[in-house]
Amino acid sequence: MIVTPVARIRRFAMTVLISVAAISAAHTAWATPQQDIIAGYAAQAKSQDSRFAGFSATRGGTFFSAHPGGGKPETPSCTTCHTASPLNVGHTRAGKEIAPMALSKTPDRYTDKKKIEKWFRRNCNTVLGRACTAQEKGDYLSFMISQ
Amino acid sequence: MLKFPTISLAAIVTSILISTSANAGQSYNPVSDKIALKECSACHMAFQPQMLPQKSWEKIMGNLSNHFGEDASLNPADAKHIKDYLMVNAADAGGARGRFLRGMSGSSTPIRITETPYWGRLHNHEIPERIWKDPRVKSKANCAACHREAASGYYQEE
Repeated sequence: MIVTPVARIRRFAMTVLISVAAISAAHTAWATPQQDIIAGYAAQAKSQDSRFAGFSATRGGTFFSAHPGGGKPETPSCTTCHTASPLNVGHTRAGKEIAPMALSKTPDRYTDKKKIEKWFRRNCNTVLGRACTAQEKGDYLSFMISQ
Repeated sequence: MLKFPTISLAAIVTSILISTSANAGQSYNPVSDKIALKECSACHMAFQPQMLPQKSWEKIMGNLSNHFGEDASLNPADAKHIKDYLMVNAADAGGARGRFLRGMSGSSTPIRITETPYWGRLHNHEIPERIWKDPRVKSKANCAACHREAASGYYQEE
């Protein structure tokens, strides 16, 4: 069988295509950007507490609804601005809309570590009057990506 | 043949009357700096810097970790960048005498635009308390609830 140059190019292109597809499928199976970020918090949580035993979406949900005290009086809970359900549109105290925190409603959330850290820094201080632990952050994110 | 110029003249006269009327609305330069626009509009509209004097912006930017009851802290580089932008565009920047300085005492440093005498003159008698409490308004900081083009710097009379 004579392999023409055209056929050779075709075969090569096919191989490249299949490889690309395989690599991207494998990548998807590994982790979403959100799961990568949660994995980062897991490593941090382990280093903060040797008894760390993983994150819990249920615990994150309880954290979201809690009124922990210690923060600023205007914002006793996450739900002050985000409403009782993360599926809802929230409102800042100044009246501006906040896209729902649930990943299913706002799919581009939780992909930018810097942005996540900025808002944890601000809102943990505003609601709890202290920084959140890696455990709390991971639980919270696990809850939000499950919603 | 005569109709067209008559109509356009009428339109011109009307538009002059509207634009010279005291109630026609006001224009401010919209916030043009990208970082200021992004950061200052995260929780509320990015208010135009011409609405407060330099010393007010200085005070606000010096206490971002307790910004009207919330932590709005920024990284130091962004905070400095935004403060510099506010300084060169404030009501009194470069010796300007912006509208928002009218009636303001030299010894006061308002940190809310709604505390300025000028804002008060335009709103306090005219707007009943129930409007501010309406859930669609929620806060006096929500300019766009009534002035729909506020973020682009145009405050029409309602």
